[in-house]
Amino acid sequence: MMHEALLEIADDCLVLGHRLSEWCGHAPMLEEDLALPNMALDLIGVARGLYARAGELEDAGRGEDDLAYFRGEREFRNCLLVERPNEDFAQTMLRQLYFAAFMEPFWRAASASSDEVVHGIAGKAAKEVAYHIRHTGEWVIRMGDGTVESAARMARAVDALHRYTGELFESSPAARAAEAAGVLPVREEMRGDWDRVIGMIFTEARLVLPEDTHMHSGGRAGLHGEDLGHILAEMQSVARAHPGAVW
Amino acid sequence: MYSQGLIGADGRTGETETFLAAFQARIDAEEKIEPKDAMPEGYRRTLVRQIGQHAHSEIVGMLPEGNWVTRAPSLRRKAALLAKVQDEGGHGLYLYSAAETLGVTRDGMTEELLAGKAKYSSIFNYPTLTWADIGTIGWLVDGAAIMNQIPLCRCSFGPYARAMIRICKEESFHQRQGYEIMLTLCRGTRAQKAMAQDALDRWWWPSLMMFGPHDAESSHTEQSMAWKIKRFSNDELRQKFIDATVPQAEYLGLKVPDPAMRWDEALNGGKGGYRHGPIDWDEFWRVVKGEGVMNRDRIAARKKAWDDGAWVREAALAHAAKRATGKVAAE
Ligand SMILES: [Fe+2]
Ligand SMILES: [Fe+2]
Repeated sequence: MMHEALLEIADDCLVLGHRLSEWCGHAPMLEEDLALPNMALDLIGVARGLYARAGELEDAGRGEDDLAYFRGEREFRNCLLVERPNEDFAQTMLRQLYFAAFMEPFWRAASASSDEVVHGIAGKAAKEVAYHIRHTGEWVIRMGDGTVESAARMARAVDALHRYTGELFESSPAARAAEAAGVLPVREEMRGDWDRVIGMIFTEARLVLPEDTHMHSGGRAGLHGEDLGHILAEMQSVARAHPGAVW
Repeated sequence: MYSQGLIGADGRTGETETFLAAFQARIDAEEKIEPKDAMPEGYRRTLVRQIGQHAHSEIVGMLPEGNWVTRAPSLRRKAALLAKVQDEGGHGLYLYSAAETLGVTRDGMTEELLAGKAKYSSIFNYPTLTWADIGTIGWLVDGAAIMNQIPLCRCSFGPYARAMIRICKEESFHQRQGYEIMLTLCRGTRAQKAMAQDALDRWWWPSLMMFGPHDAESSHTEQSMAWKIKRFSNDELRQKFIDATVPQAEYLGLKVPDPAMRWDEALNGGKGGYRHGPIDWDEFWRVVKGEGVMNRDRIAARKKAWDDGAWVREAALAHAAKRATGKVAAE
């Protein structure tokens, strides 16, 4: 059970890191061709640490690559937000900001984890996602309060993505077990920090927070949208064509 | 990554003999030429062109490897490849900055690239078809780049030489990493080893072509050598590359796809070296002139990124302008 809670966060980080890596060589400017892989590398690094730990706790002989490359879409436990397509730079930055604004307080709280490995990952990850908030927050402000077109695109991004933010704060049964054991913090407790950070950035970006949005969820139960299957088909293609091979 | 075989640099220059002699004396004394120093127009033009081609090569070079980032077969490889492609972007950034010291702009250079007026290393007009291409590119393409770039660390133009020192450290890391991918494939399953051989078969000749035409056919080499922009000829560097690489292929248990390749005691001034068979220069020129499999797709991908990103860059400028005049929210 405990390992499943770690898998949820690991899958979040891997899928979002993968999404960012899709920008590789196609960013709006060279500086972002450096910044996007930076964030992707942070996330993939965290995913690797969590997969390794999840594998140990599961104790079934599965390592990071078994977990990343040999589970199907019904077994992936990431939230729906991170699998949303990149679309444009506005949606990519907002998706990242929404996620980082949740993960920053989450990792800060997880530094008190009763699990040594999680404790170790949390310290470094908290600093990384604090930078992600800064970087993406600045972009959301620039685009929200930039040109007529960029403001319209930011508003569309909010409309497209806000409905996936509620799931961040939901604890699955696996997560609740990890929370009870003091391994991971209670997700609902991140709401205050998240509201404050997003509120501040939206004000500066002249963006309006939607009210009464229906919040979608299901990812923690392996009930995804149609995009995840395509991400996995691509990501796992080489590994699955050569089962048992070492790379 | 980039290697020589600079296309169409025009080193002609029209200064007085006295000026040119004084400049040459500085070069001969191994003084570094800095951006604000007086320099012959041909020297400036050659450097702008070479550094520009080099920078564009780094940027276009992100595409063939980026093609495998989303399919890397393990998380360790995925992270390493992402970091490598990011390094190449960083190289592009330093090099554009070095070129900008000569009075051109990054945006201007980018527009020339997208308009098809500026060249980049032709090697990137070949497609990456399997995971083994990622290993092979690191091993051969970054390997060839290092052969060219180590001497560029002593290039007479200060900003270029300094950029190269930083870049070379990373390129040699890429080369080792690529070789390590190959080693893992060659020690792996039969399918993995076949994939490695296939990639070597496809990348070998284009890698040799990275050094540019034979010395006898290479125009402008002499002037670049005299100005110490270039320190070794195309053929000298190609030979060094082959001598370093053939034993590495042997160690992998792979076969270099050149039936004529043989050890020749007479090469390298009697020290011996590997003599290669004839290079298909028709293919080289065809790809340089735009008829490689990927030429159009590479430029189209860069152009799409640039065009799709226009509104983002405009938004950043517009917001910065609002900031400068205090017209922003919540402040
Ligand atoms: Fe490079
Ligand atoms: Fe490189």
